[in-house]
Amino acid sequence: MALLELRGVKKSYKSPDGHVQEILDVPSFDVEAASEVAIAGTSGCGKTTFLNIIAGLLTPDAGQVQFAGKEVSRLGEAKRDAWRAANLGYVFQTFNLLGGYTALENVLLGMTFGPGVDRAFAAKLLTELGLGDRLGHRPSQMSIGQQQRVALARALANRPKIVLADEPTGNLDPRFALEALGMLRGLCREHGASLVCVSHDPRVLEAFDKTIDFKDVNAAMSRGVDA
Amino acid sequence: MIVSRSLRQHALSTFITVLAAGLASGLVMSVFTVSKQSRIAFTGGDIGYDAVLGAKGSPLQLVLNTVYHLETSPGNIPWDVYEETKARRDVRYAIPYAVGDNLQGYRIVGTTAEIFDVFEYQKGIGFEFATGRAFAEDRMEAVIGSKAAKDLGMEVGTEFRPSHGVRYLPGTEHDEVYVVTGILEPSNTPADQVVWIPIEGIYRMEGHYVDGGKRQVEVGAKEIPNEWKEVSSVMIKYHSIAAGMNHRGEVSAGDYTLAWPIADVMGGFFNKMGWITQVLLYVAYLVVIVAAFGLLASIYNTMNERRREFAILRALGARRGTVFSVIVLEAATIAFLGSLLGYAIYFAILSATAVLIRDQTGVVMEAFVYHPALIWTPVGMVLIGAFAGVFPALKAYSTDVARTLA
Repeated sequence: MALLELRGVKKSYKSPDGHVQEILDVPSFDVEAASEVAIAGTSGCGKTTFLNIIAGLLTPDAGQVQFAGKEVSRLGEAKRDAWRAANLGYVFQTFNLLGGYTALENVLLGMTFGPGVDRAFAAKLLTELGLGDRLGHRPSQMSIGQQQRVALARALANRPKIVLADEPTGNLDPRFALEALGMLRGLCREHGASLVCVSHDPRVLEAFDKTIDFKDVNAAMSRGVDA
Repeated sequence: MIVSRSLRQHALSTFITVLAAGLASGLVMSVFTVSKQSRIAFTGGDIGYDAVLGAKGSPLQLVLNTVYHLETSPGNIPWDVYEETKARRDVRYAIPYAVGDNLQGYRIVGTTAEIFDVFEYQKGIGFEFATGRAFAEDRMEAVIGSKAAKDLGMEVGTEFRPSHGVRYLPGTEHDEVYVVTGILEPSNTPADQVVWIPIEGIYRMEGHYVDGGKRQVEVGAKEIPNEWKEVSSVMIKYHSIAAGMNHRGEVSAGDYTLAWPIADVMGGFFNKMGWITQVLLYVAYLVVIVAAFGLLASIYNTMNERRREFAILRALGARRGTVFSVIVLEAATIAFLGSLLGYAIYFAILSATAVLIRDQTGVVMEAFVYHPALIWTPVGMVLIGAFAGVFPALKAYSTDVARTLA
């Protein structure tokens, strides 16, 4: 049994003129435990919606999202929140760090809603990522690359079973993009987490053994719908 | 952590909102406490004597003039009335009181030396001398209350010339020179601000008229006929409550006024002035409402910049209820800090009011005593603060995570 299974997942949006537009139609998508998969897709093709549905931030109009045999898409919002905090790490393209908090606090904050705050583990993660001397720095006092590493540490802080990365290198200088990707993959391997990485950067995609074109995942795109 | 960090991040608006909440809370507590304590100070005090007899007119004016040394005397009554009162079997003591002069604004009261002997300003407590002795009734001597002596820098042996009138005007000094023979211990009563001289001195003062304003006492005259003498009022202590009732019954039909019981006269005054307390309370409540709206606006204004923060928290697993609670807790915390500041403001207002009342009237108000408002005002402020946080909290609650983070 796969760790993550999506079956017949659909999502539509209503445009301001009242037109209903199907943006996502995923007949089937699986992710095995402790595996990694890269998904290639251009901007605006519904990748983020896809990841948000996996993360439980959005609910599908139809279909099922199962995680470790449990259907999370049918859970109530509060239970989905708890499930997300305990099982899933999310790396955003824009990092989404909280500006008023230090690097360590940003990681600790991620733990607050999960199984529990482990200050030593948070510090260890940041130190492993080369930020041992930046624990008390705020995002504005760090480089973009350092901010990205804080975001990686936060995503792994609750020892998730799966990490979703949405264009994780999109904001990075090309020189550091592969380095950051290597850190992300290394951390996921080290902690036994599956990784789903969505990107349109060929260098990122080439680094993975398994790369899927999002068109092959999202039937709505192959039908020519402007997603 | 989220609440404290947010308060620090928006330090200026937090400070201003805490200040507003503190002012509101402090004002409400102060109005309640000052109105109660001042009422107690003026009506519940153990004055030691029971009644004031004076000219026909307002009992309140009589009490304010004789007990609190405020206002002007409503008029004079003949010396005989004083003597008749003193001679009554149901009267324990009666002490004459004559006003009309001041020493740099401190009221000069003409009386008899009995005031330092039998008179009790509180039940069982009479005046004590810090230094010196009582005046001799046939000399130009004076005894000074503790505060007046301190403020005027008077000591035993200091000489002074009384000024005409109850309010000080430069150039109105009489020719007579008095010498201080005694300074009283503080009594924490209006008497601390009084300069006591023999009542004969009032009659003999140059420019003063006796016998209903018909004549002046000649300089060097040995005796003043009783029928010429007048007093502003008589302070009376009865042997029993029934005596006061009887005396009032007798006086009410005559040409004079008997203010009895004194506490009732002042109580009536405070009842009439109750609307002032109400107005002050309405103002204080208004300040509370303004503070609550200020709190709401302060937090609401940060909502736009914080919407992303809440979306991130939600993405990290925070529940909607958690985000809602954070905002309500933040508002309640601001109100709580405001309430703490409110206590400081309350102490400052009470201290200033107590000093002001003491300086103006000599009445010592016990400022820092328990009043239920000291509990329910801060509690109410926190509840109002939390309530003010509900509206912005609902906005945070309804944050669309996916759309905000897109």
